[in-house]
Amino acid sequence: MKQKTTAKTSYHIPIGPIHPALKEPVYFEFEIDGERIVNVDVKLGHVHRGIEWASRKRNPVQILYLAERICGICSYSHPAAFALAVEDMADIEVPERAEYLRVIQAELERICSHILWAGVAAHEIGFDSVLYLTWEIREKTLDLTEYLTGNRVTKAIMMIGGVRRDITKDMIPKITKTLKYLKDNFEKLRRIFLDDKTVKMRSQNVGILTKEDALKLCAVGPTTRASGVKKDVRVDTGYFAYGDLDIDYMTPDVLTGGVNGDVYDRIIVRLLEVKQSIELIEQCLDKMPSGDITAEPKIAKLLAQLKKVNGEGVGRYEAPRGEDIHYVKLDGNDAPFTWKVRAPTYNNILPWIPMLKGEQIADIPIVAASTDPCISCTNRVAIVNNENRYELDKEELHRLSIEKTRRLMK
Amino acid sequence: MRFSMLPQVFAQLFKKPWTNKFPAKYQPNNTTKYLADVAAGKAKINPPIPTPDGFRGKIQYDKEKCIGCQLCIKVCPTEAIEYKPDEKKIKIYLARCCFCSQCNDVCPTNCLSMGDEFLLAGTDPYEKDLIVE
Repeated sequence: MKQKTTAKTSYHIPIGPIHPALKEPVYFEFEIDGERIVNVDVKLGHVHRGIEWASRKRNPVQILYLAERICGICSYSHPAAFALAVEDMADIEVPERAEYLRVIQAELERICSHILWAGVAAHEIGFDSVLYLTWEIREKTLDLTEYLTGNRVTKAIMMIGGVRRDITKDMIPKITKTLKYLKDNFEKLRRIFLDDKTVKMRSQNVGILTKEDALKLCAVGPTTRASGVKKDVRVDTGYFAYGDLDIDYMTPDVLTGGVNGDVYDRIIVRLLEVKQSIELIEQCLDKMPSGDITAEPKIAKLLAQLKKVNGEGVGRYEAPRGEDIHYVKLDGNDAPFTWKVRAPTYNNILPWIPMLKGEQIADIPIVAASTDPCISCTNRVAIVNNENRYELDKEELHRLSIEKTRRLMK
Repeated sequence: MRFSMLPQVFAQLFKKPWTNKFPAKYQPNNTTKYLADVAAGKAKINPPIPTPDGFRGKIQYDKEKCIGCQLCIKVCPTEAIEYKPDEKKIKIYLARCCFCSQCNDVCPTNCLSMGDEFLLAGTDPYEKDLIVE
């Protein structure tokens, strides 16, 4: 029998939605030619939890704790962005001391998140001893978080108009002790990640995101800074007390003098940010003025004040993974009229496509992990019709939009 | 550079393990029997690491002080608190509680406080240990 020859040489590999290599449900479809990835398609929408819907029955103080549960690692970022949005709308003046306390908590979370990521990245390339080392360091940071806020992960420290717990004088020795420990171990981490041959072999010239692509695809956070785009909400808008602190964009050229936009650069950016965060906490402890920690200590009064507000607000916050945007609209009821969350990973999904194209199958885990994806944060919409999930494409959306305009014109 | 991890590895060999073996050093063959033994005083539990100050554990409720103002019900994010209108007191379902301590902050008479008990897992959400009233 004569063998048929086909022109098609590539084949498809579906990975996910549930897969041992993935920490959260996401669906990839790879078009593979030999070992090379020719094309990638990413599909989301497997972990939609209806958090925004749940907010329709809650008042802003209750939503703070709901926002905390959007993401386990950014459990400070989401309430912070929500509080910024509400304060923006209700013109609440936050006391200066509270702004500094907020920065301390934010930077502590950033250290935890980046060190956790470093461990996961090491695990993805099979360097498990580093995973244990980084998580040991993270444990110390979590101990400090527990000491300052009461719990390790769900901190419940954010309040509209301030924070809920103060840092008293007798707490400062423990903070400085942990910061010293972090600084001592940071040098060790830096050596392992930046000088080690294993890490260099797997991360240099892998998963390149060019500056043009980063700008075009609106990548945020360390992913875009590693490609040389100077974008950081902390510097750009100077929310909380960041305007008073010495802070600059962390791009890889600070250390190496050049920008490649590969996985190695993303490691550099995150490590530099850990160092920056330690310095920011020290600055805050030095400069922190005394005073109130919240604008309105009586919650019932605050809720009554928010009930009178009629308007919309936007909160922009630099989460460890990038810019987190919350949009809130209050219309005089207890519950908000609407609340919309845009988690940073939403912007960092599309950059996966240029990063993964042309790479090998074995590079998928480290390249995907290099943007520090958080899929559950990202899943905000699920479209259901007659109990069947369906997708909307651009034409369909456009058609629906035109229909709505016509409906409204009637 | 090649063996840069070796000092750490050797140091680790002689260090005391970080993990606190809680509640028992080794997994008991029969957990239910082990817990029954602990309750009867035959076996001993390896104590957990003490919780720090300000830890948010099981809610303590001082019923005498409560005036039934229902502010805690208004701020509870998980709707874990139920109002008992005939007594004018509250009932807290810990199985729903998210331990944010917002009810503690809002309480005008300070009748609620956070304890340090954290072993609150159970099979029945309405069991006696998980309801504070």
